[in-house]
Amino acid sequence: MDFGYYPGCALHGSSNDYGQSVRACLEALGVGLRELDDWICCGATAAHSLNHTLAVALPARNLAIAERDGLPNILAPCPMCSMELLKAQSVMAASDDARRQMADIVELPIRGDIRVLNLIQVLQQIGLEAIKSKAVRPLTAFHPACYYGCLLTRPPEMLRFDDCEHPSSMEAILRELGAQPVDWNYKTECCGAGMTMADEDIVLELSHKIVSNAREHRANCVVVACPMCHVNLDMKQPDIERCYGCRHNLTVYYLSDLVGLALGLDETSLGIDRHFVVK
Amino acid sequence: MSMQVVSVEAGTFERLHVADCYQCGKCSAGCPVVEQMDLLPNQLVHLVQMGRLNRALKCEAIWKCVSCMTCSTRCPKSVDCAGIMDALREMAAEQGKASKERLRTVLFQQAFLDNIHRNGRLREVELIGAFKARTFFKDGNIALLMNGAMLAPALLKRKKFRLIGERVKDRGVVARIFEKCNRLRNHSPLPLGEGR
Repeated sequence: MDFGYYPGCALHGSSNDYGQSVRACLEALGVGLRELDDWICCGATAAHSLNHTLAVALPARNLAIAERDGLPNILAPCPMCSMELLKAQSVMAASDDARRQMADIVELPIRGDIRVLNLIQVLQQIGLEAIKSKAVRPLTAFHPACYYGCLLTRPPEMLRFDDCEHPSSMEAILRELGAQPVDWNYKTECCGAGMTMADEDIVLELSHKIVSNAREHRANCVVVACPMCHVNLDMKQPDIERCYGCRHNLTVYYLSDLVGLALGLDETSLGIDRHFVVK
Repeated sequence: MSMQVVSVEAGTFERLHVADCYQCGKCSAGCPVVEQMDLLPNQLVHLVQMGRLNRALKCEAIWKCVSCMTCSTRCPKSVDCAGIMDALREMAAEQGKASKERLRTVLFQQAFLDNIHRNGRLREVELIGAFKARTFFKDGNIALLMNGAMLAPALLKRKKFRLIGERVKDRGVVARIFEKCNRLRNHSPLPLGEGR
């Protein structure tokens, strides 16, 4: 089984540990990834805040590249990228005029039939049984708080993925591999996302609440499927501790880290040793 | 009272179902940053309903919004409150209605778009440098200038720091996409992505 691959800027930049983890995990599952040739940034929050035409055009160019290169299913492990791609797709699906206009702007024909998948959906496509059959190390020591944040499930009518208030798809995968996910309250609360640079106080406050709630519910780690969530909960955790005078020391894994560990990969090959909070 | 809509296309607020709001307050109840807002999300929707855009564009709340979309997701009338925030930010940025604090968000987003305009992909170090320099010259914020610099060694140690980031091969097409999109906005006092 092969997928087109849209890594996005974060996975090629300071969240390259996520990129490494996704590639290692999927390779161990026998899944090939074909990176989109000369993909461009999706525009992220900046484009949809400042220029709504650009916010459709930038992802539309990537969808057009995937169409041109015959990659009908693409994995976008960053939920921001994947949401922007889906949003562009839905704008073009709603109006032929918009689709034609975008094709003109991005200088490639667009049909609008690419399937954009997040990491959880790719694992679901591979199948829980298939993953379990390749697992060699049960995750029994892990009591993860599965954290979905905003963009994995919102806006629901566009993403059509899991339950937007009570998602459980990560739990289903990890439970199958022997982990014991905890019930907790902050699964879909926002970590502050891209406000890190512009308004750090908001990020620290929201992320502190999330990590605190995970600990109150006896989680021994948090699992995410988003580079931005990882930055705010892992990289910022020392700042959170300093700001709120507490000690969290809660490891934050990408979903592909834990699946990879179950498949017998070590921490170094998954990039776990490059996280900030390391046990 | 009401203000002329410049780039946000006619019909935007209709498309976001502004008129359907019946003030139940669910948007404000679920908002993670509501405590820091000077106007509640439901109050903002009401201002837009009444055409009082002047007041809405001057508030801090639109800059506190983290675009988590909880409000739009939970609205029983499908009012796209997060989309309204987006539209108001776009208008406020364009009309130069932003205080120092708010400007920081706009400056970051503009630095982000400029970066993509030049490179096609985000070069983080270049972005952070450009953003810090801009905010420093705007409001002399030394603390902000420094806290990023403190992080560099920690990122370097973890091989998460690339001094020179990536660029796409076909930067011409990226520049043309920006030009065409900017042209579609008619005019803009704050140029977005001034280019190469």
